[in-house]
Order: sequence, then structure tokens, then C-alpha cells
Amino acid sequence: MFLTRRLLILFLLPAGLLLFMFLLVPAVWSMGQSFTNFTLLGPDALSLKWLGFENYRRALHDPAFWKSFRVSVIYVAGSALVGQVVVGMLLALLTQGGSGAVLRVLAVMAWIVPGVVVAILWNVYLHGDDGTLNRVLGMVGISGPNWLMDRPLLAIVVFNTWRGAAFSMLLFDAALRSIPASYLEAAAVSGASPWRGFWDVTFPLLRPQLVTDLILITLWTFNDFGPYLLTGGGPGQQTEVLPIYTWRTAFRSFELGYGAALSTILLAVNFVLAVGYQRMLKR
Amino acid sequence: MSRAPRTLLMGFFLAWFALPFVWLLSAPFSKTPGFRLAFPDFTLENFPRLLETRGALHAFGNSLLLAGVTMIVVGLTATLAAYALSRQSFRGRDLVLYLLVLFSSVVTGVAAVVPLFTITLKLGLLDTHLGVILVLCGGLLPTAMFVIKDFVDGIPRAYEEASLMDGATPWQTFRNVALPLSTGGLAVVSLLTFVSAWDNFLIPYILLRSPERFPASVAIYSFFNELGLPFLNVLAAYALLYTLPVLALYLIIQKVFGFELYGGIKG
Repeated sequence: MFLTRRLLILFLLPAGLLLFMFLLVPAVWSMGQSFTNFTLLGPDALSLKWLGFENYRRALHDPAFWKSFRVSVIYVAGSALVGQVVVGMLLALLTQGGSGAVLRVLAVMAWIVPGVVVAILWNVYLHGDDGTLNRVLGMVGISGPNWLMDRPLLAIVVFNTWRGAAFSMLLFDAALRSIPASYLEAAAVSGASPWRGFWDVTFPLLRPQLVTDLILITLWTFNDFGPYLLTGGGPGQQTEVLPIYTWRTAFRSFELGYGAALSTILLAVNFVLAVGYQRMLKR
Repeated sequence: MSRAPRTLLMGFFLAWFALPFVWLLSAPFSKTPGFRLAFPDFTLENFPRLLETRGALHAFGNSLLLAGVTMIVVGLTATLAAYALSRQSFRGRDLVLYLLVLFSSVVTGVAAVVPLFTITLKLGLLDTHLGVILVLCGGLLPTAMFVIKDFVDGIPRAYEEASLMDGATPWQTFRNVALPLSTGGLAVVSLLTFVSAWDNFLIPYILLRSPERFPASVAIYSFFNELGLPFLNVLAAYALLYTLPVLALYLIIQKVFGFELYGGIKG
């Protein structure tokens, strides 16, 4: 017995209370609130009513919801599933064996610098004619568009790839280092090209890390509020991912009932991803 | 990969990762405000101007308060809970751990903030630092608990067993034997918690209304939108100062604790 019963309860109570109040209750609360017309504005503000599944029916017929759903799918697929995975893998391969220390540090910097600062940096970087990117492109004779206005979706996808690639890099890097060099040497001796060696030897051995990576970055990117800091969801609704639409519904229109329904939909997607991740880990 | 494409790819990535940072290093020291990179006109006067900007310094104080108190509360409560979860098996412990992992990854971001807004409203904690701190603690506790639990799991139980045999009470054993051995894990968790709370934008952005209570993250964002071009260099100086503690703390974690960082604790 390392702890007496009383001490055990005392040790668990403070953390337990915080987790109960600010992690468990919100999940349940979100569901409860999603069945009401709870709002802080308008005539409904004073008369809280039970709506049943009305808010969910509304979401199904809400073009703005589906629009932001599509933006979210493109954002997750483009910046996480393709962008961060491919770039992360390339970075891990490029920086194997000591070379590329500077590149590693830069990638990790992009990942740990506060989100607000990164968003301002990219705002400036992508700014119309004066922005660094278009000035650099200008040097080689390319006249770039006003990225945030003309290519906003591409801009947030590239931005988030840059922002998050370091996580995949670190994960793959640790995995690569655990693969014995003799495997690749054996492949090379038997005449395989480096490319074949990668696909036939390295890649299959990385599969567990790849699955872990895919689920985690999907979860994070799906919930990411980052595009808001860069574009505010605009122009129009072109970069309004689901978290931004949910935020706008709940905190700009103050329709907290409908906003909670949207939150609950997000939580349900998160739940499926998290359970999938747990299953993978067990295997 | 063969030599030439490798070098080319390396060069491309170096430029791609470095270019957005250049402005952060040039603009704070430049006289002419703007989006262009300007090197020749080096100046330090943006930093004193920052001190005169209303609310800028105050926001730093708010960030320090929010992150500092969050760090202490999370550090204390997570250590106690992690020790109990590591050393004591009780009915339902594995279920508690499983639910903790699950909820911590599910209840996150905007989806969590919508109900949290109503809860803080009902508790009368909207637009207070206490509300922000409690919500931050709830979000950061699970990861903190897991890191410390992993750490405690790695400490041999023999030390504590010896202490108990010698007649020390469980509390004394925890206080004088287990806790000193756990300081490494506790330090890493404290630094990571501080950084996460210092970085966080969404929670104070939604839970706070009064500008005088804003932490630096929210203040920088509103300055960027309101003050505009004439203040761009002051803003850059502000952003640089706001970033430095984060970089310093990560450097400390890496140098002192030799820790490879796998995120997870990000807000």
C-alpha cells in the first residue's frame, strides 16, 4: 500500500474535479444545449425552448454548413493527409544521418512559434505586391497573385502544411532511426535502386507510425482554428472551415443552441477518430 | 536519394521554411513600417515605442499571470493524481485512464469552447482570468498527468517500499522520496504547460471581453487588425518579444532534459 484510502482520494480529487467540470461536463452540456434554442440575442433570448432534433435538421439543410464542411475536407486532406505527411516524410529522409540540422530547426520553429505570430508572419509573407513571397517570385520573373484574396484555400493549405510538418517529421525520424541499416544495405547489395529500397523495405516498416500520424493530424487539423487568424474565414466563406463556422454561429450570431449542435457534430467526428486511434494503438 | 535532387529539395525546403521568418527578424529593427523587408535602416526605437503603446505591456503581465497560475495548478494537481494512478491499483483505474485519453482528444478546440462558454457564463466566470485559467487547466491536465505518470512508472518502487518499511507514513514517503525523484518529469510538464497557456489564443479570445484583461496573444491580434500599417514595426517588435520566451523554454527543455517533443499538449 503506497497510499491510504483517504490519501488516494485526496490525491485524485483536485485533478478529478477540474477534469469533470471542464472536460466531461462540456461534452455532455454541448449535447444538451444542442436540443434547445438557447441564444443571447433576439426575442428567443428570454424564452428557452426544447427543440428536439430541430437544430440537427437545420444543419442538414444549411448550405453554409455544407460549404464549410467541404472546405474542412479540402483543408484536412490537402494540408494534413497530403501536405504534412509528404513533407514530413521528405524532411525525415533528407535530414537522416546528421545532415540538415538547420532544416530540422527551422521546421520545428514553424511548429512551436505561437499561432498568432505565425499568422501575422504569413499575412505579411503573402501580402499582395509587397509580400516577401511575391517579391521573391518577382526576382525570377513570376508575378504572383494576391494569394489571400485570389487563392485563399490554397494559401491556408500551404500555410498549415508549413506550420505542422515538423510533427510528422519527428515521428518518422524516430521510426527511421529504429530501422537497422543492414536492411537497406541488403536491398542495395541485391541490386535494388534507392527508390525500390524505400518502397519495399523502409515504407512497410513505417506503417504503424504512418497510421498514428494520419489519425492524430487529421484530428488536430479538423479542429484547427488557425485559418481564422490568417483569413478570418474569408474572402466570403471561401476558407471558413467547420470550427470557424461554428465559432461564427455561436459567438457572432450568438445562436448558442445551433452552435452547440454544430459543436456536437464536431465532437462526434472527433470521437470516431479518437476511438479509431485507440484501436490502432492496441494492435 | 541521389545527390542532385537531394540538394535541390533541401534548398527548396530551407527557403520555404526560412522565408516567412525573415520579416520577424527584420521588421522589429526597421524604421520604415511595411510589409517589405527592409535592412538598411537599422533602429531600436520600435522597442521603446512599444512601451508607450497603450496596453501592450499590461497584456504581457496578463499572459504571465494566466500561464504562471495555470502552470502551478496543473503541476500540483497532475503530480498528485499521476502518483496515485501510477502506484495504486483500484477498481476502474484502467477505465478512468482510457476515458481520460479519449475525452482529452475529443473535447478540444472550438467544439469544446462553445459549451465551455456557457459553463463559465453560468458560473459567473465569464470575462475573468479565473475562468480562463480553469478552462486552460482542464484542457492541459490530461497530457500533463500522462507525462508525469509515465515518469513515475519508470521510478523503481523499491525506494518507496524501503521508506514505508522504515516506518514513514505514505505522505512522508511521497513527499520525501517519490516527489524528489519526479522533479525531472514535473519540470518538463511545467514548462510545456506554461508554453501552451502562453500560446493559447482561442480560449481567452472567447472568454474575455475587456481589453484590459487580454493576454498578449489576443492583444497582438487586435493590434494587428486595429492599428494597421503605421504600427506594423511596433507590432513586429511585440511579436518578437512574445515569441522569445517560447523559444527559450523549448531550448531549455531540449538542452537540459534531452527531450524530443511530440506536441500533444498543444491547446
